[in-house]
Amino acid sequence: MSEKLQSLELPVNKNIPALNPGDTVSVHVKIKEGDKSRIQEFRGTIIRMRKGGSQANFTVRRIASHGIGVERTFPLRSPSLEKVVVQKGAKVRRAQLYFLRDLKGKRARLHEKSDNG
Amino acid sequence: MKGLIGKKLGMAQIFDDAGRMIPVTIIEAGPCFVAQVRTKEKEGYSAVQLGFAEGKSKRLTAGQLGHLQKASLPPLRYLREFRIDADQAPKPGDKISVDIFTTGEKVDIVGESKGKGFQGGMKRHGFGGGPMTHGASDRQRSPGSIGSTTTPGRVYRGKRMAGHMGAARITSSGLRVALVDAERNLLGVAGSVPGSKGSIVIIREARKQ
Repeated sequence: MSEKLQSLELPVNKNIPALNPGDTVSVHVKIKEGDKSRIQEFRGTIIRMRKGGSQANFTVRRIASHGIGVERTFPLRSPSLEKVVVQKGAKVRRAQLYFLRDLKGKRARLHEKSDNG
Repeated sequence: MKGLIGKKLGMAQIFDDAGRMIPVTIIEAGPCFVAQVRTKEKEGYSAVQLGFAEGKSKRLTAGQLGHLQKASLPPLRYLREFRIDADQAPKPGDKISVDIFTTGEKVDIVGESKGKGFQGGMKRHGFGGGPMTHGASDRQRSPGSIGSTTTPGRVYRGKRMAGHMGAARITSSGLRVALVDAERNLLGVAGSVPGSKGSIVIIREARKQ
């Protein structure tokens, strides 16, 4: 990649801590409605992290009403991301937690992270 | 008429004001210098010749150097001509930078597309090819029939067939300017632009606004 092209790499959002698959997070997204803007929260579990510089993104899965799973993918460097708060981590053994899509209720829980891993 | 010569650097992503990610092609556009002004009286039409990318003087012929010397310009590697109205002609030696364009504007971009070599009808013209099954052993990518029988007894001129594809002058029209960086001479247009990275492109005001 040429130097000039590299310089257009998007800045890293400082309000986003290090994220890992399995983390329960609350994503604060700026939403513009007409000329007003507000913050919307999206709370759920990170089921995948994708690398790729400016194009890096992560997907959050949550269970909405009536047990319907909702997944939302956020570009990690999007200026619309106000902040991301990690509420708890989990001990997971794979990078993509797609198996959560087939599970529901108590079976869809993850082992909570303890100090020794 | 606004125009510039540039070098395609590659593609990147930026976010617009609404927070949407847009794919953009980054072009190192200008600075260009007016090498010659062609006039109705002398050449029969009015245009400007722009030069781009300073290089080593030993890479140019004495004739080229002399031509640039007339406008007191350094050795420029690429010269391209742009038609303009006679009354808005700049002077030889004038510098033209990327700031003549503003974001949101529509531009046309001319470049030389990537060479594809000798290609068949399916890739070159989008033919459907033949059946994949039912005993089709020798016609899966064939063009099919290329004409009738005794009448007319020949294949029509211009019949689309296999042949050389790419490496041709292509104009992408109506592309939107998404980024102008006057400091680093960078121009970003939404979408793709013909040609490989590092190839020379011409940027001009869109013909169809």
